Amino acid sequence: MTGPARIVVRELDMAFGSYVVQQSVNFEVRSGEIFVVMGASGCGKSTLMRHMVGLEEPVGGEIRYDDESYWDVPEERRTVINRRFGILFQSGALWSSMTLAENVALPLSLYSGLSQAEIAEVVSFKLALVGLRGFEAFYPSELSGGMRKRAGLARAMALDPDILFFDEPSAGLDPVSSHRLDRLLLELRDSLGATIVMVTHELSSIFAVADTSVFLDAETRTAIAWGAPAELRDHCEHPAVRAFLSPG
Amino acid sequence: MTHPSSSGSRRLEIAPAGDGLRITVGGLWRFAEGLAGLAGVERELDAGTFPKVVVTAEGLEYADSSLPVWLAGLHDLCEARGVPLDLSGLGAGLAHLVALSRGVPERKGTEREIIRLPKLDKVGHRVIGRLRRADDQLQFVGELGLSVGRLLCGRARLRWRDVVEAIADSGPNSLMIVTVISALIGMILAFIGAMELRKFGAEIYVANLVGLAVVREMAAVMTGIVIAGKTGAAFAARIGTMQAQEEIDALTTLGVSCFDFLVLPRVIALTLMMPLLYLYSCAIGLGGGMLIATVSLGIPVEQYWAWMVWALPLYQFGVGFLKSAVFGALVAGVGCLRGLQCGRSAAAVGKATTSAVVTGILYIIIADSVFAILLEVYHL
Repeated sequence: MTGPARIVVRELDMAFGSYVVQQSVNFEVRSGEIFVVMGASGCGKSTLMRHMVGLEEPVGGEIRYDDESYWDVPEERRTVINRRFGILFQSGALWSSMTLAENVALPLSLYSGLSQAEIAEVVSFKLALVGLRGFEAFYPSELSGGMRKRAGLARAMALDPDILFFDEPSAGLDPVSSHRLDRLLLELRDSLGATIVMVTHELSSIFAVADTSVFLDAETRTAIAWGAPAELRDHCEHPAVRAFLSPG
Repeated sequence: MTHPSSSGSRRLEIAPAGDGLRITVGGLWRFAEGLAGLAGVERELDAGTFPKVVVTAEGLEYADSSLPVWLAGLHDLCEARGVPLDLSGLGAGLAHLVALSRGVPERKGTEREIIRLPKLDKVGHRVIGRLRRADDQLQFVGELGLSVGRLLCGRARLRWRDVVEAIADSGPNSLMIVTVISALIGMILAFIGAMELRKFGAEIYVANLVGLAVVREMAAVMTGIVIAGKTGAAFAARIGTMQAQEEIDALTTLGVSCFDFLVLPRVIALTLMMPLLYLYSCAIGLGGGMLIATVSLGIPVEQYWAWMVWALPLYQFGVGFLKSAVFGALVAGVGCLRGLQCGRSAAAVGKATTSAVVTGILYIIIADSVFAILLEVYHL
């Protein structure tokens, strides 16, 4: 069940110097939906996410969160908007000098107002959600890549953000963990009403969880399709999109 | 009996009912109000026997994770008491979320024990640790020796481009900092020397003092310290990051010796560049001293130059030249060693870098002392 448009991306141009990554990208993400950014490797999916969360400034166009144009508001306001985001980076991006519990606890101790004992309880729950109960005292360097990624997910969810951004969440996960992650995304959407923007090219995940998706084309360097993945697979006029969604 | 919770606008009612202990949640569940406790449920479970615990939602306006966290705690409590928990009255989302959090059993035996050793054991562990580090260093020296041997036989696999890059980084790119440090050292020595020598009317000996101090000690040692802080640290950080990102593992599995590929180019570069930097530092330091002597003390340039040349036989430069080559090899070796010893995290890279600088400076001072003793023994 989805609501009004939570994120609107309009005529977005992204470039590094003179190299244009994507241009005139348009799409909307509705409140409470799981939105997937898909496309071939190197097409600019992660770059789009970095623009959406404020790590890169677009060269043109706008990104709106509810009624605010993200890149037009003062930096202090952007910081406040960022607190509504939970972000999972491609490599997990855990702070290596902290244990898993400390990684998840940091945003809670900064912004939640909970006591240390309460934070420990929430941390334990968040780690349990990603199947890492009992690993609180471990350092990131002591974990596998997949476990680090799951811990990064727990940290992204720490403050119950309105909008969750996941960059390749299933990459490096075993099939059981990957399926479990898909279930978690659906539960987060259904029980906490989270809006989820996910960058991925894992077809099984796309069809299992995505409500809507946008396809970034590496050749034309723009978004050439926007809609439900199954609809795009069956009815999209662009052969590149159909080939991506039904390979072989 | 009902226990209404009075904290904020969160509602939590616990009451025995015909089908078991009934818990009703409602209102606003937010982190801002803190987490709800389980004491009320525990009291009821202590007071009577219930076939199950049933949780339902009534007027639940909003819930963040504080509600599922509480439900997960309730799940654990009911499991410990052997009482079935029915969450179907909450809607599928919340019930599934709790089920998901309890789907993977807690990993046991992961607690970290703080082992308190007797003092003597601690000393023993430290000594063994130091010996192991010394062993690592000896092994490093041995491997480096073999690598140099392979280089001399033309069998070392290294990219000369890396040598050139390291030369550029440690040589031309270090000129500015070496210039500033050397000029200031020369000037300071001239000032201090003049202050003391003036008492005896022997200002002209400033030329001897600055000349000997700069050429024999300061130029080589100060350049070594600057390069340890700049280039040695960069070597450790670069190789440490490669270690953390498994790049060195990739080299090893490819059959390429990381000593040939990573260590040797850097050791060659610094061993070649340090003597040149030393000569440059000498020129700048002597120039700085001469500037102060002529401008501040009024000693004519020709006179200062003549005294300085008389006080500095050529072999003094040879000593400094040799010392700086040794310092270069030491700084490069320590930087690479610390990089190779680095762990696999960002924090470990930081530690490796710091250790490379500290150890590099320490080795420079020790080597300088050894040179001083040897030169004394051989009357140089």
